[in-house]
Amino acid sequence: MSGKVYPIPGGLHPAEYKDISNDRPILVAPLSERYVVPLRQHIGEPARLLVKPGYSVLKGQLIGAPEGRISAAVHAPTSGRVIAVEPRPVAHPSGLPDQCVVIEADGQDTAVEMQPIAWRDLIPCELHQRLANMGLAGQGGAVFPSHVKLAPSPIPIETLILNGAECEPWITCDDRLMRERATEILQGAEIMRHALGASRILVGIEDNKPEAAQAMQAACDQLKLGNAEVTVVPTRYPSGGAKQLTQLLTGLETPSGKISTDIGIQVFNVGTAYALYRAVELGEPMLSRIVTITGHVAQPVNIEARLGTPIEELIRLAGGELPEASGHLIGGPMMGFELNDTAAPVVKAVNCVITKNLALFPHHPPAMPCIRCGQCALVCPASLQPFEMYWHAKSKNFDKARAYALLDCIECGCCSHVCPSHIPLVDFYRFAKSEIIAADRASQASEIARQRHEFQLLRQEREKREKAERLGKKATERLDSGAVAADDPEAARKKAILEGAIERARQAKEAARPQNTENLTPEQQQQVDEIEARRTAPPQDTETQA
Amino acid sequence: MISAIIVMAAIGLVLGSVLGWAELYYKVAGDPLADKINDILPQTQCGQCGFAGCRPYAEAMARGEADINRCPPGGEPGIQKLANLLGVEPKPFGEGMAPKPKSVAVVDENTCIGCTLCIQACPVDAVVGASKQLHVIVAELCTGCELCVAPCPVDCIHMEVVHETVSNWKWRYPVFPVHEEEEAAA
Repeated sequence: MSGKVYPIPGGLHPAEYKDISNDRPILVAPLSERYVVPLRQHIGEPARLLVKPGYSVLKGQLIGAPEGRISAAVHAPTSGRVIAVEPRPVAHPSGLPDQCVVIEADGQDTAVEMQPIAWRDLIPCELHQRLANMGLAGQGGAVFPSHVKLAPSPIPIETLILNGAECEPWITCDDRLMRERATEILQGAEIMRHALGASRILVGIEDNKPEAAQAMQAACDQLKLGNAEVTVVPTRYPSGGAKQLTQLLTGLETPSGKISTDIGIQVFNVGTAYALYRAVELGEPMLSRIVTITGHVAQPVNIEARLGTPIEELIRLAGGELPEASGHLIGGPMMGFELNDTAAPVVKAVNCVITKNLALFPHHPPAMPCIRCGQCALVCPASLQPFEMYWHAKSKNFDKARAYALLDCIECGCCSHVCPSHIPLVDFYRFAKSEIIAADRASQASEIARQRHEFQLLRQEREKREKAERLGKKATERLDSGAVAADDPEAARKKAILEGAIERARQAKEAARPQNTENLTPEQQQQVDEIEARRTAPPQDTETQA
Repeated sequence: MISAIIVMAAIGLVLGSVLGWAELYYKVAGDPLADKINDILPQTQCGQCGFAGCRPYAEAMARGEADINRCPPGGEPGIQKLANLLGVEPKPFGEGMAPKPKSVAVVDENTCIGCTLCIQACPVDAVVGASKQLHVIVAELCTGCELCVAPCPVDCIHMEVVHETVSNWKWRYPVFPVHEEEEAAA
């Protein structure tokens, strides 16, 4: 059943904590009273707002259209009324609010008409266009708009990899999804294979999920998928990183600064394949996802929640948080971030909410100086030198940090996890990376400003030259036409020019008359007269304002 | 003696002509130092340095006629980079030249009379409009130079500070809360 597994560098095996949430079936969340749907749930431009407060919407109705090339659509999760469009708390490491559409559910859950897509009859290009408004975004964590990844690419895609590794501790949403809905996932993969023109499908699942691997293999056999293989990979974090899984399954390493697409491999999360199946076979845009609610709660469980459901409701569905809870994490403990406000909604990126307590997540011990032990370099899955990057990031020497390939860091957190000095290395990388990206953006903006300014100077110069040429030409024409008095040529020339200009202005004034004043009916004429009367006697204040 | 003089003169002539040819053949058009300085400047074209744009200021610095601390939009990092390039000590900003947060100009649509004066003032053509038509400033292109604010006869342009949002937010420099250290020590 299992294909070949290639070795990858680094990685580690943190305590899993998966068995506390993976033994119960997926719970479908009941309808909420209110949904808060952010317009930015994906990487790229936020969706363009299509509704206003007071609008009635149906389930599956487009409320935000994709804006620009890399963007995804946003849909209403249920039927109801838009009661506000305003900044609301969202699940983001900054804790800043973001623009959201607040929908009050009417309880009917009336859906728009959903048309399945006959994908086998469509060429990949047409299928890509049909998917553009489906709101699909990668559910593994990066939330890259899926239709962009499914677009025909200049590099032929040979292999499609389904990522079911789910290597982060605590998270079990992909595990449950594969156990319960394997057939749908693989049908989604088949659609992906068609869209990409790929020849083979590889499914990577860690060996701590034998039930999921069996279910996927059974579904594979049942659907009689050709050239598809379910491969069980060793449980070693971060095997679920796109580059890491690619190397595990194919032995191909993604070059620095590139993505797996550049070497002819496209990686999708199993949840994304499932969402694509629903979008194509049922015509349903992405309205929900599976979220693991775990940690210090009464009954840890996976919940199928509509996008926009407040996270606090899901925690209530999981039995509520137990006493002495000390906060919440979005995502896993390795790469996740603190949630400031549980009123924040579930979005396409939220795969897990962990309620913390001090026993499971003690305070971070104070950082001590780096002792150059090299542990971080041993566990780095990207084969970087974390301690070097740390020194340069800490001293804000960003050029040096970049030279050590900081931008190839996948922020997996292995180095911070093993650091005997408890240095939060990844925090420094994230800081340095966002400074580098901001500096790059600023230098792009200043380059554009420089080009525009130089073009403006060029244009002004050209206009000045053209005007001088035009005037010079006119003057010579006039001189040549003989309109020059014998006694004082210069004065006569100027006079002639002046007279000519006055005459032209007079003619232009006479020639200008309203075009639609002939053949008026008496009523129209009367209206015109009234307006004229009003115009000739204007009130004083409008006169002064103008 | 004479042959030695002739040989030395001949060598001198040959080397001199090679140098003269190299001077002509490898001549660099423009001032490479001014280009390098110009690359560091933020290209806001705001004229706060007292020159008519970034390029003239860069050229003046390359000639050694202008100080490196006259560009508030470049901020402290800009001064640092200029000091490194020119091999001089960084200096603080002068009186009234402190850097301000990045902002963009916004036209009040109810007041604009469509006079085109701001269009003429904008150094990067970021204002869209025509005579007696409402003018709009393209926020992505605006460098925040404030040159359009003064010419407006009806004072309808104001500067708005670009606030931090989810899209331009940056990770902070990691700091450790003191209370945790106290707990650990206790």
